[in-house]
Amino acid sequence: MAMLEIKDLKVYYGVIQAIKGISFEVNEGEVIALIGANGAGKTTTLQTITGMLQAKEGSIIFEGQDITKVPGHKIVSMGMAHVPEGRRVFAELSVLENLKLGAYTRKDKDEIADSLQRVYRSFPRLEERKKQAAGTLSGGEQQMLAMGRALMSKPRIILMDEPSMGLSPIFVEEIFNIIKEISASGTTVLLVEQNAKKALSIADRAYVLETGNIVLSGDAKELMNNESIKKAYLGE
Amino acid sequence: MSFIAYLINGISLGSVYAIIALGYTMVYGIAKMLNFAHGDVIMIGCYVVFTMTSGLQFNPLLSVLISVVVCTVLGIVVEKVAYKPLRKASPLAVLITAIGVSYLLQNIALLVFGADTKSFSSIITLPALKLAGGKLSISSVAIVTVVTCVIIMAGLMLFIKKTKAGRAMLAVSEDKDAAQLMGVNVNGTISLTFAIGSGLAAIAGVLLCSAYPTLTPYIGSMPGIKAFTAAVFGGIGSIPGAFIGGILLGIIEVLGRAYISSQLSDAIVFAVLIIVLLVKPTGILGKPIHEKV
Repeated sequence: MAMLEIKDLKVYYGVIQAIKGISFEVNEGEVIALIGANGAGKTTTLQTITGMLQAKEGSIIFEGQDITKVPGHKIVSMGMAHVPEGRRVFAELSVLENLKLGAYTRKDKDEIADSLQRVYRSFPRLEERKKQAAGTLSGGEQQMLAMGRALMSKPRIILMDEPSMGLSPIFVEEIFNIIKEISASGTTVLLVEQNAKKALSIADRAYVLETGNIVLSGDAKELMNNESIKKAYLGE
Repeated sequence: MSFIAYLINGISLGSVYAIIALGYTMVYGIAKMLNFAHGDVIMIGCYVVFTMTSGLQFNPLLSVLISVVVCTVLGIVVEKVAYKPLRKASPLAVLITAIGVSYLLQNIALLVFGADTKSFSSIITLPALKLAGGKLSISSVAIVTVVTCVIIMAGLMLFIKKTKAGRAMLAVSEDKDAAQLMGVNVNGTISLTFAIGSGLAAIAGVLLCSAYPTLTPYIGSMPGIKAFTAAVFGGIGSIPGAFIGGILLGIIEVLGRAYISSQLSDAIVFAVLIIVLLVKPTGILGKPIHEKV
């Protein structure tokens, strides 16, 4: 059984249908890439999964439980974290305060301290800047903070929305290495990216979204060699 | 000596404004709305205490406690019924609703308690403090008011810094969606904010009526507007800002009334606000609005 299963999902903004009945699944341990152009519905899909938006039809099954109607603030404690588009760190709070908010739903202080050490090990830069206001970090550092903050909830699956957006090539490389590490440590990853080449290079499988529909899916390596994908998304 | 007496009066009045301003500033910081019915919650708080002490002969402290509970519940109910359905509506719709709630509360008070002025007997009956050989007398109401204000302010800042609910408030005030992703119940946090603000309004009401003992259904509106001014003055959204704004406003009002003109004292208060906003549009402690990268 899939860890996360999306069945015939339909999402509307007012009268405009953004997601037109998509279905896909994520198995435990996989890295799944959701690629597509601007406005294809990638972000909408992630936001609907974590309850920031409501689906009109369809269902979202996480570890056998229907979470379609679960209020957004209850999702994270079920084991699903979301690194939102544009990072959305709490700019006026310090790096440490941001990370602690990531563990907001957890109770065990020792375990939280343990998670904090893990995050610091993955992102040494965050430890160096733990007292600094998050808004003063560079874009790449804010992305690291957003990822670290999500990891503080000790998720079994992590949803990442455009983690490489607006970053310099060096940071893009670093962020993708970290995603690989997160996956290697046993966390399932659902990745939304415009940088299709990078996303496909680390993904197991991928789905291609076009104006609210899934038009193509399959093994990431195969998709990389698909002629229409090459043309449309890889710039070859 | 009279200058010092005026100054103390000003600080005392300013402390009341500061406590009311907290309600405005916290709700604005977290729900991004101006709750213009906040002043009328003060009035309801006063009537509750009046009914308890004068009508039912309750112990004053118990009456204040009951009043705080009533106002807290009132704040939560108003938020649930009037503002929550408008969470995604335009700010203008919310503002007009708040004005509507304000009139509703005034008219309910009119219906229940009548239009005639009630004289509120101060619940603080300690003797005045005499200093400088009796030349300077500080009323017990003034002392209690200032002390209460300082305690509330310190308590609130500790609450926000040290508790989980406080941190949730900070997170919601910065980014509701991101806070929800952390597992923060945004609606619950907004409710809590209204509860705290309204409970404090009850305390402010009792202090205000102890200093100015006339009670009508409209007594909440002017202090409400002044406290709102204080909140803007200090930088809306900022808790220390509400404190500084409130105290300064109280001092300006009392000194203006004493030395310039008693009729123009309100005008002076608002003129100072306009000048401050011209020089520093975000208020004294307001944060500059910066673009997100």
